[in-house]
Amino acid sequence: MTSTLSPEHKEYRHTRTRSVLAFLRNTWRGLTSMRTALILLFLLALAALPGALLPQRSLNEPKTLEYISQHGWWGQVLDRLQFFDVYSSVWFSAIYLLLMVSLVGCLLPRSVDYVRSMRAKPVLTPRNLARMPHHARAETDAEVGDVISASKSRLRGWRVVEREENGGGRSISAERGYLRETGNLLFHFGMLGVIVTFALGAMYSYEGQVIVLADGDEFCNAGIYNYDSFNPGLRVDGTELNPFCVRVNDFKATYAPTGQPVGYESNIQYQSGADLDSRTWRPYHLQVNEPLRTAGDRVYLLGHGYAPTFTVTFPDGSQRTQTIQWRPVDQITMLSEGATKFERPDVTDSEQRRKSQLAITGLFAPTAALQGNILTSSFPELTDPAVAVDVMRGDLGVDSGRGQSIFEIDQSMVDNGRLQRVARENLGLGQELTLDDGTRVRFDSVQPWVSLQVSHDPTQVWVLGFAVAMFVGLGGSLFVKRRRLWVRVTPVADGDDKRHTVVEVGGLARTDQAGYGEEFTRIAGDLLTRDRRAP
Amino acid sequence: MPVNETLSQYSDWSYTTTVAVYVLAMVFFLIEQSFGRQGRQAAARTKERARELVGAGGAPVTSSPATPPASGTTQAPGGRSRAERFGRMGVALTVLGVLLHCSALVLRGLATSRVPWGNMYEYIMAVCLIAVVAWLVMLRKFPVRHLSMFMLLPVVMLMFIGGTWLYSVAAPLQPALQSYWLVIHVSAAAASSGVFLVPGVASILYLIRSRNESNPAKFARFAPKLPSLDVLDRIAYRTTVFAFPVFTFGVLCGAVWAEAAWGRFWGWDPKETVAFIAWVIYAAYLHSRATAGWRGRRAAMINVVGFAATVFNLFFVNLVTTGLHSYAGVG
Repeated sequence: MTSTLSPEHKEYRHTRTRSVLAFLRNTWRGLTSMRTALILLFLLALAALPGALLPQRSLNEPKTLEYISQHGWWGQVLDRLQFFDVYSSVWFSAIYLLLMVSLVGCLLPRSVDYVRSMRAKPVLTPRNLARMPHHARAETDAEVGDVISASKSRLRGWRVVEREENGGGRSISAERGYLRETGNLLFHFGMLGVIVTFALGAMYSYEGQVIVLADGDEFCNAGIYNYDSFNPGLRVDGTELNPFCVRVNDFKATYAPTGQPVGYESNIQYQSGADLDSRTWRPYHLQVNEPLRTAGDRVYLLGHGYAPTFTVTFPDGSQRTQTIQWRPVDQITMLSEGATKFERPDVTDSEQRRKSQLAITGLFAPTAALQGNILTSSFPELTDPAVAVDVMRGDLGVDSGRGQSIFEIDQSMVDNGRLQRVARENLGLGQELTLDDGTRVRFDSVQPWVSLQVSHDPTQVWVLGFAVAMFVGLGGSLFVKRRRLWVRVTPVADGDDKRHTVVEVGGLARTDQAGYGEEFTRIAGDLLTRDRRAP
Repeated sequence: MPVNETLSQYSDWSYTTTVAVYVLAMVFFLIEQSFGRQGRQAAARTKERARELVGAGGAPVTSSPATPPASGTTQAPGGRSRAERFGRMGVALTVLGVLLHCSALVLRGLATSRVPWGNMYEYIMAVCLIAVVAWLVMLRKFPVRHLSMFMLLPVVMLMFIGGTWLYSVAAPLQPALQSYWLVIHVSAAAASSGVFLVPGVASILYLIRSRNESNPAKFARFAPKLPSLDVLDRIAYRTTVFAFPVFTFGVLCGAVWAEAAWGRFWGWDPKETVAFIAWVIYAAYLHSRATAGWRGRRAAMINVVGFAATVFNLFFVNLVTTGLHSYAGVG
C-alpha cells in the first residue's frame, strides 16, 4: 500500500492551480515577513518626504501652482507623478496598503500564538542549567521540599510550574513578562485602528472657512453656500450639515509694543440643537487654542482683518453704505487690500447701470504711516486708520459669468478699457473725495472681521482612542521583559553519609538581554542565600 | 507679561559660560581618550565591565556580589592614572556645565514668565540640556566616560549655532503658542530629541568600530580605543527605547494640540511629516533589532538615519520650509 502511494506522492504535478496557490502562498509569506515590513517602513518614510519638501496642493494651492509654473516641464512631470498630492497619491496609498496587509499578516499568527502561550505552562527545565546565559549554583543542608517552597514564595508574580525529576530532585520552571506580548499586540492593533479610522475620517470629515464681521454678524452652518471655502471629505456632499449658528459680537487683538501679537479674542454667541427652535443664544469666549465645540463640530478663530466702511453719495443725493472685508497683505502691520463695489441706485436701465458701477480699491492701514504719498502701516492695531484708494468706474464684470473675488476687481475689465480709474486719493477717517460727476465717496469707519473655520470629523475621537492604546501598548512592549527562570533542587548523598542539596538556578531572557542580568543576580542571590541560612 | 531684561541678560551670560565649560570639559575628555595607553585601558575596562553586565561566562554568584570588580588589576592600586584624573575632572566640569545650563534655561523662563522653549534658540538650549543629562545618566551605567568628548561635540556645536545665528531676544509668546500644551508637547519633543542624540552618537561610533573590526586597516589608531560593539549597541538601544515612547507621546500631544489650535489633528504640515518620518525610522530601528540579519551594523545605520531626520526636522523644517510650526523666531 505504502509502496504504491509514495511514488505518487513524490511526483509533484505542476498544475495551474498549484502554481497559483504556491505563488499566492509565497507572496503572502514574503509580504508578511519582518524584512518586508522593514523595507515597507523605509519606503513609507521615503515616500512621505516629498510632502515636506515640495508645496502640497492640499495645504497651499497657489504656492503649488506657482512652483509648477516656475519649474517648467519638471514641474509638469512632478505634477503628473502626484508629487504635489503626496498623501493621496497612488504610490503612497499603495505603500501603506501593503504595510497594512503586512501588519495584518503579522498580527494574525501572533495573536494565535499569544492565546496559545497564555494557556501554556512554562517550559521544561533544561537538563544542563550551566549552559544558560545566566546561571548560579549553591549547596545547602535544607530539604528539597523546603527549598522548593521557599523558592516558590520568592517567585511570586511569576508563572510557576513545579515538576518531579529523576533521582528525587524537583525543579521549578518560571516565566514572567507576558505583558510584553500583550503590549506588543495592543500597539499594533492600535496602529491598525488609527490607520483605519484616519482613512474613514478623510471620507466623512469636512472643513469650511468663512469671514464674519465682528459687529454682530451671523453665520449659520446650513449649507456649503454660506462658506467662503469648503473642503469636503470624499463622502460628504454638503447636505445635512450639523445645524448651528454663530453670532460674532466683537473681536479684540492685543499687541506687544513691538507689534508682536499677544492675544486674539472674540465674544460670540451660538445656538444649536433645541436652542435653534427656542432662539436662545449662549455666550462663548472664542480664542486661539480654545475652539467652540457644539453640535459635534468645532468652530475655530483662525484669523482676523479689517473691513472699511465706505459711503457713496450719488449725484441725485441717494446714499449707499457698505462694509466689506479687506484682506491683510502684511500679517505684521495688517496693511490690507480689497475692493468695495457699488451699483448706482438711481440708474434703472440695466445696460446703463452696468457701465456706471463703482469700485473702491486700494490699501488700508490700521495705523497710517505716509512715506511721501505712499500709504503703509506702522502698527497692526487700529489707532489711526487710513485708506489709499483708486476709485474705478465702469463695468465691473459682475455679470460676465466669471467668478469674482471679493478682494479684487476683475483686472481684464481694466485692461480692455471697460473699467477706468476716476480718482486716486488718500483718505483718513471721515474724509471724502469727490468724483468728476459729483459722486462723493466717504471713508466712514472700520469694523474688524474674524475668519472662522468649522471642522467636522466624526472619527477623531476614535483615532485618539486607538492612539492612546498604541501608546500604552508601546510602553508594555518596550519596558516589560519576557524572561525565564529555572530552579533545580537535587539531593546528593556524600560519602560520609551526610546529605546535601544542590540548588541550581538558570535564567534566560527571551527578548533583549539588556537588564536581565541584574535582576537575575538579585533573585538568584535571594534564592541561594536564603536556602543556605535556613537549616 | 513684560520681559525682565536683567534676568534675560543673566540667562545669556549663563548660556555663554555653559558653552565655555563644555568646551573645557571636552578638552579634558579628549586628553583621557587620546593619550595612548590610558585610552586603551579605558577600552579594556569597558570590555571587562561589559562582560560583567552581560553575566556571561557562568561565574557562580554564590560568592555574593561583594567581590570587587576585576578591573582593579589594570591600574596601579590606590592611585588613578593621570588621564583618568582628567576624565573625572571632565565629568565634574560637565556637571558644572549642566548646572549653568539649567540656570540659563530657568532664568530665561523667569525673564519671560513662561516656559523657556518658545522659539528655536530656547528649544535648542533645552534639547542640549537633556542630551547632556542623558549622557551623564549613561555614564553611571556604562564605563564609557572617555567617549564623552564625542557626545559633547555635537552639543557644543548645536549650542554655538543656537547662540549665534538663531539667538532671539526674550519675548512673550505668540497667541497660537499660549496653551498648556506648549509645556507638554514641546517638552516631550525636546526631551526625546535630546535623548536621541545619545544613540545617534553611539551608533556612529558603532559603525566606526565595526568598520575597523571587519578591516583593521580602517580607523586603525582610533577604533581600538572605542568600547566593544556590544556596549555601544546597548547604549544606543537603551536610550532609544527610552526616547521612542517619549517621542510618541510628544507627537500624540502635538496632534491633540493641533486639533485645538489648527482645526485638525493631523494635516501633513512639514514638521508633522518629518516627525512622522523620524518616528517610522526609529520604529524600523526597534524592529531591526528583532530581525535576523538586521542587527548590529544595519540597526546602527538606521539609528543614525533616524537622528539625521531629527536634526533635519530641527533645522531644515524650521528655517527653510514654511509651515504652521514656523516659530523659530528668526529673522
